[in-house]
Amino acid sequence: MTYLQNIGTYFLMIKDIFRRPTKWSVMRPLILKDIDDLIIGSLGIVAFISFFVGGVVAIQTSLNMTSPIMPKYLVGFATRQSIILEFAPTFISIIMAGKVGSFITSSIGTMRVTEQIDALEVMGINAINYLVFPKFIALSLYPFVISIAMFLGVLGGLAASVYGGYGTAEDFIEGVKTDFIPFHFIYAFAKTFVFAFLLATIPSFYGYFMKGGALEVGKASTTSFVWTSVMIILTNFLLTSMLLG
Amino acid sequence: MIEVKDLHKSFGNAHILKGITTTFEKGKTNLIIGQSGSGKTVFLKCLLGLFEYEKGSISYEGRNFSALSRDEKTNLRAEMGMVFQGSALFDSMTIAENVMFPLRMFTKQSKSEMRDRADEVLKRVNLDDAHNKMPSEASGGMQKRVAIARAIVNRPKFLFCDEPNSGLDPKTAMVIDNLIQEITDEFDMTTVINTHDMNSVMEIGEKIIFLKDGLLEWEGSKDTIFKTDNEAVTNFVYSSELFRKVRKMYIEEDQ
Repeated sequence: MTYLQNIGTYFLMIKDIFRRPTKWSVMRPLILKDIDDLIIGSLGIVAFISFFVGGVVAIQTSLNMTSPIMPKYLVGFATRQSIILEFAPTFISIIMAGKVGSFITSSIGTMRVTEQIDALEVMGINAINYLVFPKFIALSLYPFVISIAMFLGVLGGLAASVYGGYGTAEDFIEGVKTDFIPFHFIYAFAKTFVFAFLLATIPSFYGYFMKGGALEVGKASTTSFVWTSVMIILTNFLLTSMLLG
Repeated sequence: MIEVKDLHKSFGNAHILKGITTTFEKGKTNLIIGQSGSGKTVFLKCLLGLFEYEKGSISYEGRNFSALSRDEKTNLRAEMGMVFQGSALFDSMTIAENVMFPLRMFTKQSKSEMRDRADEVLKRVNLDDAHNKMPSEASGGMQKRVAIARAIVNRPKFLFCDEPNSGLDPKTAMVIDNLIQEITDEFDMTTVINTHDMNSVMEIGEKIIFLKDGLLEWEGSKDTIFKTDNEAVTNFVYSSELFRKVRKMYIEEDQ
C-alpha cells in the first residue's frame, strides 16, 4: 500500500515540477548552480572511472581471446561496444545515482529538516518547482557527461591495449571503426535522457517527502540510491528490449 | 484580524485539534501557549496554510482560506511573514540575500531598491553590518533577527512566530520579544506567537490563548493570566518556583 502511495505521490510531484513556475530571474542562477554541482562537479570522477574501466575492458578482452583465428582488431570492437552500449550510459548512471542522487536527496532533505521548505511554502512558492526544476534542467546536460565517458572509455582501452602490449594502436582503431552502427548512439543517448530524468526526480522525491531529523536524511539518501539504481536497471532492460530487441 | 471557528485537525486516528474558536486581533501580539503536545504547532501550521484541516474555518480579514482559489491563496501568503523555530534561513544565501528573497520572488523592484529595503529592515533589527555573512556564521540571536527581517521585508499584514525564543539566553530572548512587539505596533500587524516561554507571556502577551489536549482551555492577557483560577493554566504557569512567587506577590498587591 505504501509503495502504491509513493508511486502516486511521485507522479503528482512530477506534475508539480512544471506547475506555477518560479520567476526566471530567480530560476536562472539556481540552474547555473545545479549545472555546476551536478554536471561539472561530476566530470572528474566520471573521467577517472571511464578511462580505467575502458582499459580493463580492453585487457580482459585481450586476455580472453586465446584463439589465433580471432582478429586482433576485436579488442577495439569489443571495447567500443561495451563502453557505448552499456558501460557509459548505464553503469556511469548507477555511479551518478550514488554521487549526484545522494547529494540531491541530502540537500533537499536537510532543507526539509531545517524548515527551509516550510519557509518556501509559507511564502506561497511552489517549492517543488523551485527545488527540482533546476536539477531537471541541469541534468538535461547529462548526455554531455556520458559522451565524455564514452570517449574516455575508448581512449582508456586504446591506452591499455597499446601500452600494456596487448595490440597495436592501428588494430584497436580499426576495431573501433568496424561495423559501426549509428543507431547504437541513438539508443545510448535515448537511455541517457531517461536516466537523467530518473536521476533528477527520484532523489528529489526522497529528499522532499522525508520526515524526521538528521538520521533520516542519511536513511533517505541510501533509499534514494537503491531505488534510483533499481529503476535505472529496470528501465535499461525495457529500453534495450524495445530498441534493440 | 484572524478569526478561527471550530477548527478540527486529525492525523490518522489522532484527533489533534478538537474545535478551536478564537480571534487574533490586529495590532496586537497574540500568544498561543500550552504544554508540549497540546496542539500549538499544529494550530500554527493550520493558520499558515501548511496543514489542511477537516472542519471549521480560518478567516484572514474576512477572507476564508479554504474558500480561496489557488491564486488568491498565493496572494494571501504574500501578506504573511513567518519566523520559524530554527530560523529556517536559506544556507546557500548570505544574510542580505535571505532578506531580499521575498522581494525577488514577489516584487518587480530593481536590485538597488531591494538592497535599500534589505538595508532598512536589517537596520530595524539592529543588524547593520551582517549583510555579507552566511547564516552559519551568525549566532542564534542574529539568525532570529535575520528571520524577523525576512518575515517583515515585504510589509506583511500577518506575522507568525514559532517559539521565537527557543535556544536563546534570557537577555537575547527579551530583545527578540521587544523587537516583535515594536514591529507589531509599528506596522499594525496581526502577530501570532507560539511559545511556552513565560517571560514572553509576561513581556508581550497582549492576548493569550491556552491550549490543552487540542482544546482552547482559557483565553486572556498578561494582566489576567496571573489571577486566573483555571487549574490547567495555573499548573502550567506556576510550574516554576519563580512564577509561584510572582503570583503570590500579585495576589498580595490586590489585597
